[in-house]
Amino acid sequence: MNRFIGFVKKEFHHIFRDSRTMLILFGMPIAQILIFGYVVSNEITDVRIGIYDKSKDHVTQEITNKIISSGFFILHENLNSDEEIEAAFKRGIVREVVVFEPNFAKNLERDGSAAIQIIADASDANTANMVSNYTQAIINSYVKTELMAQGMPYQIIPEIRMLYNDELKGVYMFVPGTMALILMLVSAMMTSISIAREKELGTMEILLVSPLKPLPIVIGKVIPYMVLSFVNAVVIIALSYFVFGMPIQGNLVFLMLETLLFIFMALSLGILISTVSNSQMVAMFISMFALLLPTMLLSGFIFPVENMPKVLQWLSSIMPAKYFITIVKNIMIKGSGIGIIWKETLILAGMTMFFLVMSIKKFKVRLE
Amino acid sequence: MNDREKKENYMTKDTENIIVVKNLMKKFGSFVANDNLTFEVRKGEIFGFLGANGAGKTTAIKILSGLSFPTSGDVMVAGYDVYKERELVKKNIGYMSQKFSLYEDLTVRENIRFYGGIYGLSSKYIKEKTEDLLERLKMKDIQNSLISSLPLGWKQKIAFSVAIFHDPKIVFLDEPTGGVDPITRRDFWEMIYEASNAGITVFVTTHYMDEAEYCDRVSIMDKGRIEGMDTPGELKRQFDAQNMDEVFLKIAR
Repeated sequence: MNRFIGFVKKEFHHIFRDSRTMLILFGMPIAQILIFGYVVSNEITDVRIGIYDKSKDHVTQEITNKIISSGFFILHENLNSDEEIEAAFKRGIVREVVVFEPNFAKNLERDGSAAIQIIADASDANTANMVSNYTQAIINSYVKTELMAQGMPYQIIPEIRMLYNDELKGVYMFVPGTMALILMLVSAMMTSISIAREKELGTMEILLVSPLKPLPIVIGKVIPYMVLSFVNAVVIIALSYFVFGMPIQGNLVFLMLETLLFIFMALSLGILISTVSNSQMVAMFISMFALLLPTMLLSGFIFPVENMPKVLQWLSSIMPAKYFITIVKNIMIKGSGIGIIWKETLILAGMTMFFLVMSIKKFKVRLE
Repeated sequence: MNDREKKENYMTKDTENIIVVKNLMKKFGSFVANDNLTFEVRKGEIFGFLGANGAGKTTAIKILSGLSFPTSGDVMVAGYDVYKERELVKKNIGYMSQKFSLYEDLTVRENIRFYGGIYGLSSKYIKEKTEDLLERLKMKDIQNSLISSLPLGWKQKIAFSVAIFHDPKIVFLDEPTGGVDPITRRDFWEMIYEASNAGITVFVTTHYMDEAEYCDRVSIMDKGRIEGMDTPGELKRQFDAQNMDEVFLKIAR
């Protein structure tokens, strides 16, 4: 045990004395989450919208004025038919179209309710979400201040349609995605590089000649990265919760357990990479091209998987990050328990086992 | 005389064999790296393992130190079977590679501490022995410097000291003098003699033929086979050569 502690201590020395490693370990996650966070949750201003007013009465006019005078929106064009809506979006300048139903004021008076349709260009899912939320808020405040204040129990029912990306996939994507990316980076890449470094410097030989068995050597090398990955995961979740207001609907302990599972998976992948690479360079390239790029591009982090060609969709299903992202989204946003995401959990566990068995096999071959 | 009688015979004469290799074969696919090696190393001697690059020296040293398994043949190191008693073999040997493998981002003291630690030595023992070692190496002043800041010759000395820190019965040195200047090489051989006087068997590979003269006995490998094995003096007589360089050239041709 004493040996083992000495080993872990030494590994921490390596990490804390290398400024580059420290930067990747701690600078990168925080920078990434802040960059993604602020790019994504930026305030909207001067969004160009279209109005299709089928009623043209005093109420629709008031609401239109409210929307335009809010400072967030600029009226780009008045539309006169459904076809024009589509055409306006196609031109790409208008991000949102507000449609008032015919006889808006009359309906409001007669039935106590009238309908507004808010159509947003959701090819940029996040902006679409925000734009429609702002519009709704303006309409709600109009209902409260203007209609309710007059003692009229009216309501206006906004119907929201997201064009091009119905379910708004991509929103809140940055937190699970960044988490997957960072954990991959720290666990898989850093581990594989640090093991490859021992091989490159020849210290691995010395360790293997010593009475230490290979398994404790690998575990000793991996533990510090596991601890640091976990710290990173906590930091990311805390930042997204406190700074960006990302909800955590589900069980936090469950979320952390799933995160640990993903860390295990990434570590075993890192070990596997290190068994096939003899230098830090090779380990880094394999990690970069086989792990990080696909994680970013194919896991659904940046591009929705549903919009990919079939081949890439198939490829994305062997990306561990894809399952992790699904898990985190489900827990954080929908508050799902294990009943909903047992399949993804099982897949991650299976992948972990697979990578571990492969590494042990490769390691044995090397020794023969 | 069978093997057992031979062994006992050596023991009574205080010339116990500490390494016994019989018909060692190591193949990588169809390439034969070690072809039917048979030799013994006596306790306490400095045994030189010579050969050109690619002659199979490193392969043999890896097998002897438990880093790799032989394809066939019997190998006993420090009295233990390398197939069945690897852990015991490992406890009783030290190893220093041609890369002087130390951790560049750890200090001198931390390296010693770490390597002592992986052999399961107690903290107290390591501490005392480290003081002693730093004193002897005259490295007290630099004990807290990072290895990366030291010249090659110093690293070499520390690497060797670390390799024998746990008092192994045998120390394997794989080209320990590569890349250092002649004066440092001489200094280093002084350290080897010291270790040998302290009872540690030294198994050293080199391709510097002048260093072969410093060994008690040498074996010369070529293309995976041992082509000559004896004391340097006897080999020179045998091959009718002025120095070991000539012996080597005659064998390699």
